[in-house]
Amino acid sequence: MSDILVSEQSAAGASGRPAGRLLEVDDLRVEFRTRDGVAKVINGVTYHVDAGETLAVLGESGSGKSVTAQTIMGILDTPPGFVTGGQVRFHGKDMLTMSAEERRRIRGEGIAMIFQDALSALNPVFTVGFQIAEQFRVRRGLGRAEAKKRAIEMLDQVKIPNAKGRFNNYPHQFSGGMRQRAMIAMSLALDPEVLIADEPTTALDVTVQAQIMDLLAELQRERQMGLILITHDLGVVADVADRIAVMYAGRIVEEANVYDLYAKPAHPYTLGLLNSIPRLDEKGQQLRTIKGLPPNLMNIPPGCPFNPRCPMAQPVCREKIPPLLQVGAGRASACHFAEELVNRD
Amino acid sequence: MGRYLLRRLLQLIPVFIGTTFLIYWLVWSVPGDPFAGKCGERACPDAYVNMMTEKFKLNENIFVQYGNYMQNLFQGDFGTTFGGRPIGDIIATSYPNTLKLAVVALAIEALIGLTAGVLTGLRRNGFLDNLVLVSTLFLIALPVFVIGFVLQWVLGVQWGIVKPTVSNEMRISELIVPGFVLGSASMAYIARVSRTSIAENRRADYVRTAIAKGLPMRRVVGVHLLRNSLIPVVTLLGTDLGALMGGAIVTEGIFGINGIGRQVFRAIVTKESATVVSIVVVLVLVYLLMNLLVDLLYAALDPRIRYE
Repeated sequence: MSDILVSEQSAAGASGRPAGRLLEVDDLRVEFRTRDGVAKVINGVTYHVDAGETLAVLGESGSGKSVTAQTIMGILDTPPGFVTGGQVRFHGKDMLTMSAEERRRIRGEGIAMIFQDALSALNPVFTVGFQIAEQFRVRRGLGRAEAKKRAIEMLDQVKIPNAKGRFNNYPHQFSGGMRQRAMIAMSLALDPEVLIADEPTTALDVTVQAQIMDLLAELQRERQMGLILITHDLGVVADVADRIAVMYAGRIVEEANVYDLYAKPAHPYTLGLLNSIPRLDEKGQQLRTIKGLPPNLMNIPPGCPFNPRCPMAQPVCREKIPPLLQVGAGRASACHFAEELVNRD
Repeated sequence: MGRYLLRRLLQLIPVFIGTTFLIYWLVWSVPGDPFAGKCGERACPDAYVNMMTEKFKLNENIFVQYGNYMQNLFQGDFGTTFGGRPIGDIIATSYPNTLKLAVVALAIEALIGLTAGVLTGLRRNGFLDNLVLVSTLFLIALPVFVIGFVLQWVLGVQWGIVKPTVSNEMRISELIVPGFVLGSASMAYIARVSRTSIAENRRADYVRTAIAKGLPMRRVVGVHLLRNSLIPVVTLLGTDLGALMGGAIVTEGIFGINGIGRQVFRAIVTKESATVVSIVVVLVLVYLLMNLLVDLLYAALDPRIRYE
């Protein structure tokens, strides 16, 4: 079963771009071994991101989007998490088989990450300035004064007012939005080629969310970084992403460019997600939802993992896992009825 | 911060008066004749009793006595023993010995306790972890006098690698075994607290961030993890120093150290009430100040804590 999936997923992932990608996740498999049993959290995820491109990874809680990111960064908690298969290639080189030291050097400089909750992700007992300057001192070997200067520049770049005065503040003295800006400054300090933003705006107010997304998009354009934006918020994605990968139960169920995905989803799950966005012109009506709950990862239903919740489910869906196959140019879907979905009017 | 400090210092005044009065009252109200056995086999002559009663104002009301005592105390006069020896001298000769022992004990418990705690906190359930858990349980369970006598006998008498008792010079090398004995229980607590603290913070988000920044593991643990994990340990050490500076009756007794604990013990046994009161008053003051210091230390270590 897995062999088929590998070849077909890889084929679907290639969308006419040249080989030698910046970052590729290839048939990644991760499981969590807990006292209650083995949870198969990632079941063959394949995606990639190139320089200057924004890939949004969309999915609900437990779909495996954050675990994929943690595996890329090498910060998966082991135990309970174990990588059981697949590759994570950075400039074509598999990071999972590298030495720990080689991998460490990629962190921060090659691939950096922004976390969801900046208050807990920043060290509470060191100043924000120290935590940014630390990178210049440890990784670039700069002196105290020079590192401080560079750190203030970074704070300035993420538009923190009075960056110089803020240098000696502790994380708890920042507001939520400022903290996330500081987090962004920290992750960009070493000028990474790929930035992974794991729900960077979830913990923030709606107005601040928009500011942070604008800032991220702007910095990404300036630096021509590859950006992996992990989110469960379809609204956040629409403006900034080039491509979207939708995850469900540890698999990519659909991948497409933003326009195609919103215009004509090729997977019933994506369709369900889009339909459940509240609309102003349907005021007063009941919100549409996807019925049922995401599967228990210790006991994923046979066949398509989405079949128990799928309005289109047929007998074949309960028997065969649909591989991620190409449907039209540059898009792929893991549904037995993807063609029908795309071709309907 | 300044206002907080002032308020705390002002708070010390009623606490100090309350505790010292309690001690004064308890010590002088102990039933029994303070002059029993002071004059050898015979009962003390009336003339002596009358003179002493007058000198120590024993016929006065307890409040007057206490007020009188405090007045002298603030002029730097700790009073005298029944024999006429100034109590200030007793404190001045014995207290440095207690401090020296306290510092050695604190250094040993911090060094061993912290090392054991950090190593086991980073790698739980290994051989070392189990070894530390079992041995700390032993140290906590065994009374100090057992550990003291056993080590004195084994190391000092049987194997002869250290001198069984401490000489008057109080050399640091002589104080290692007594220091270990005195700090043994706290050492065990420090090992356990730091182990838990490290293990807890090991999974904290900011540690994950530090790793994601590509910092070497040495720095992630040595700077980011340790700094946070040490907060409860340092406060524990501070409180312990306060307790250690109160003297160690048992340890000083076993190893023949002329410290404050031994002086208090001797004064209690010989019913030298004035000596007991004066020494305990000093210890109360030291303890109160140490507690204040720990609270300030707490704020210095954790920037989220601010005193207004």
